[in-house]
Amino acid sequence: MAGKGRGVAAFTFNIEALGISRGSMPEARVGPSPLFPHTDYKPVPLKDGEDDTYMLALKQEMRGAMQQRPHNIKPLSKKAEVERYTERYLKKIKVDDDQWTPDWNLFPKELMPQKKKTRPKSTAKMKAVKITTKDTEAVLTKLDELAKKDEGTTENSDDEKEKKENEEEELEEEGLDEEDIEEDNDYIESYFDNGEDFAADSDDNMDGEATY
Amino acid sequence: MTANEVRLCGLLLREHFGEVVEKVGTHLLRNGAQNLRTIVHETGLPLDQVKKSLCVLMQQGACTFFSGRKGPGSPAEYCANGDRILRILRYPRYIYTAKTLYGDTGELIIEELLQRGHLTMSETVKTVADRLTQNMEEGRSMDYSEVSSAFSKLVETHFLQRCPPVGAEKKTASSDNPTAPVVTGPPSAESFPECYTVPHVKLFGRGKRPLVTEEGEEQRNAKKPKLDTETHGDEGIYWQVNFERFHLHFRDQTIVSAVANKLDQTSSEIVRTMLRMSEVTTSPLATCTKPLSANEIFRSLPSSYNIQRQILDQYLSLLVDDPMEFVGKAGESGGGMFVVNLHRALANLARATLESVVQERFGSRSARIFRLLLRTRHLEQKQVEDFAMIPAKEAKDMLYTLLSENLVQLQEVPKTPDYAPSRTFYLYTVNQLPTARMLLQNCYKSVGNLIERRLFETKESKRLLEKSQRIEAILASLQASGAEPEQLTEVEEMITAPEKQQLDSLRIHVNKLDSAENQVDETIFLLESYIFSTATST
Repeated sequence: MAGKGRGVAAFTFNIEALGISRGSMPEARVGPSPLFPHTDYKPVPLKDGEDDTYMLALKQEMRGAMQQRPHNIKPLSKKAEVERYTERYLKKIKVDDDQWTPDWNLFPKELMPQKKKTRPKSTAKMKAVKITTKDTEAVLTKLDELAKKDEGTTENSDDEKEKKENEEEELEEEGLDEEDIEEDNDYIESYFDNGEDFAADSDDNMDGEATY
Repeated sequence: MTANEVRLCGLLLREHFGEVVEKVGTHLLRNGAQNLRTIVHETGLPLDQVKKSLCVLMQQGACTFFSGRKGPGSPAEYCANGDRILRILRYPRYIYTAKTLYGDTGELIIEELLQRGHLTMSETVKTVADRLTQNMEEGRSMDYSEVSSAFSKLVETHFLQRCPPVGAEKKTASSDNPTAPVVTGPPSAESFPECYTVPHVKLFGRGKRPLVTEEGEEQRNAKKPKLDTETHGDEGIYWQVNFERFHLHFRDQTIVSAVANKLDQTSSEIVRTMLRMSEVTTSPLATCTKPLSANEIFRSLPSSYNIQRQILDQYLSLLVDDPMEFVGKAGESGGGMFVVNLHRALANLARATLESVVQERFGSRSARIFRLLLRTRHLEQKQVEDFAMIPAKEAKDMLYTLLSENLVQLQEVPKTPDYAPSRTFYLYTVNQLPTARMLLQNCYKSVGNLIERRLFETKESKRLLEKSQRIEAILASLQASGAEPEQLTEVEEMITAPEKQQLDSLRIHVNKLDSAENQVDETIFLLESYIFSTATST
C-alpha cells in the first residue's frame, strides 16, 4: 500500500485526462441511496383522450370478468367456521359453465382428472380434505396407473373430495397390507451373519492380518 | 426471460387467473421445460390444481407441451411462453382496434376470444349474439348470420386464425407398449395451410336474452345438465386471435400518426394509402413495402382528398427528403417509385422515444448532449462541450449523470499498449440498440411497480370497498322490489362523507394507475417492435 498515510487521495492515473479536477468530486456517500430520490423534473401528465378512457374502462371490465371465470383458480382455503356477515350481502356472480372442461383432443391425456370409482363403503363426510404428504405420493402413483386408462369424466368437487377420501382409505388399507407382508422381510437374508463364515475365514488367515 | 419480465408475468397471471396459476406459471418461466411430476414436486401444490393450472395456461396459449427429451415414451414436458403472457397488457388495445375497424360485433368477438383463449366459431357466434341481444332494447335480438359475417371478415383480414392441430396420435411403431402415447408438440400456427379458411358452419338462429329469475330458480337451473348438444359441423376447429396481425396494424397506425404530427394531415393520408395498398403484398418481416408508383398512389387516394397530381408529387418529394426517412424513392418509372421504409421508421421512432425519455428525466440540455452523441458516434469530453455549446462544468456534470444511469458509455482508445491513463483517449458514445433494450426492461419494471401499487391500494381499503359493495347490493335489491326514495337515501347515508371521499380518491388513484399501465404498454410495443426488427434484420 504505497502512499498510505501520505498521499491518501492519490489516484493512479492523470485526472486531467478525464476532465475532472480534485475539487469537483461529489461528497462521499453516507448510507444507502434514498428510496424516493428527489427529482428535478416531474413526469408529464397522462394522456386523457376519449380512446384512452375507453381503453381504461375495457381493461377494468376485462379484469373483473376474468376473475369471475372458472379459469380463475382459487387456492385451497379452509371453509370458515363462522360464516362472515359480509358474505350474505356480497352477491357472487357465477358464470353458467362453472365446470369448464377443455377439449381433450388438444391436451395431453395425463392432465385429465382421475376416473370416478364407486366404492361400496362411501361415506359422505364433508370435512375439508387435507391431503398429507404420504397420501399425496400414494395418490400420485395411483394416478399414474389411472392415467394409462382412457376415460376421463368431469365431476363436481363434492364427488372429487369423496373420491379422494375413498382413495385415501383404500390406499391406507393397501399400504397396511404391504407393510404386513414386508415386515417379515425387513432385513435382507444376507445381512444376518451366523458366524460360520467368520470362523472359516479366520482359519485361513492365521498370519495375523486383521480382517476388517 | 429477465427477472423483471418474470415478475410482471407473475403479476399478470395473478390478476387474471389466480394465485395457483401464477405459481405454476412463474415456476415454468424460471426453470424452463419440465414434466408434470417435477412441477408438482417443486411447487408443492396438489396434483389436481397443477393439472388444472396447466390446462388453463394451455387454453390461453401461454404454455405448450412437447414429447420428453429422453426419447419416445418419456412423459410430456410443458414449456411456458412468457411473451404470450405479456400480451395480456395489450388486450384493451386489441379490443379497441377491433371496435374501430369492425364495430361492436367485432369488438365482442375479439373480447370473447381473448378471455377464453380459443373457441370454435359456432360457440363464439352464439355467445356474442347473446351478449349483443342483452344490450339491445326489448323485443329485438341479434341474428347469428350478422355475427358470422363479422367473424368471416375478421378471418379474411387475418385478424383471427385457426389453432394448429396437435399431433397427439398413439404411435405404436417405435414402442412395444401399445398404450403409451407418443405426444408430439403443436406446430406453429402459420405452417398450417388452412389457417384462414372459414369452415362451413350451419348456424341459424338468433341471440337469446337471459331469463331474469329468482335466485332459487337459478340454482335449480344450474343443477340441470346442459341439453344443448346440437352440433354445427365445426367441432375441433378452434380459432385464436392473431396477435402479429394486430401488431402490424399498430405499427402502421404509429407511422401514420408520426407523419401527421411531423408534417400535416394530407401527407399522413398519403402514407396511409400507401400502407393500405401494400397490406397484402408485404410480408411481416419486410424492411420496406413493395415499390408503388406515383400514378397508383394518385388513383388510390380516398375520394375525399382530391388534390392535384402536382401537389401529390410535391408531397411525395417532401416525404422523401424528411430526415425521419419514412418514405424512400426506389426508382423513376411510373412517375417515381416510392416505398415506405418500415424498419427505418421504427428505428427513428425508437430513437425519438429514447431522446424524449432523456429529456423528461434530465432536462433539455442533457437531451441535447444525448442527441449529439447519437448522431456523432464517439466524442471526447472537450468536443462534447464545444459541439453542444454548454459550459464545461455543466457539461461534465450532465455527462457523468448520464454515464451513471448507463445511457452513455465510455470507450477507451489507447495510444500505447499499456492503457496508461495519460496516454488514452476516453470517448463517450451511445449505442441505440442496447440502450433501447435497457429502457424496455425499465418499462417492464415500471408496469410491475404500477400493478403492485394498485394491489396495495386496493388491499388497504379492502374493508371500505366491501362495505360499499354491500351497500350497492342492498340498494339494488331495494330498487328492484320498489322502495320509496326515503329508504334509498337512508341506505345511501350509511356511507359517511369522509368515507365517500376516501372511496373517490381511491377510484381516482386506481384509474390513474390503470391508464398509466396502458400508456407504458404503448412504449413497450414500440421498443419491442424496434428491437425485434433490428435483431432479425442484422
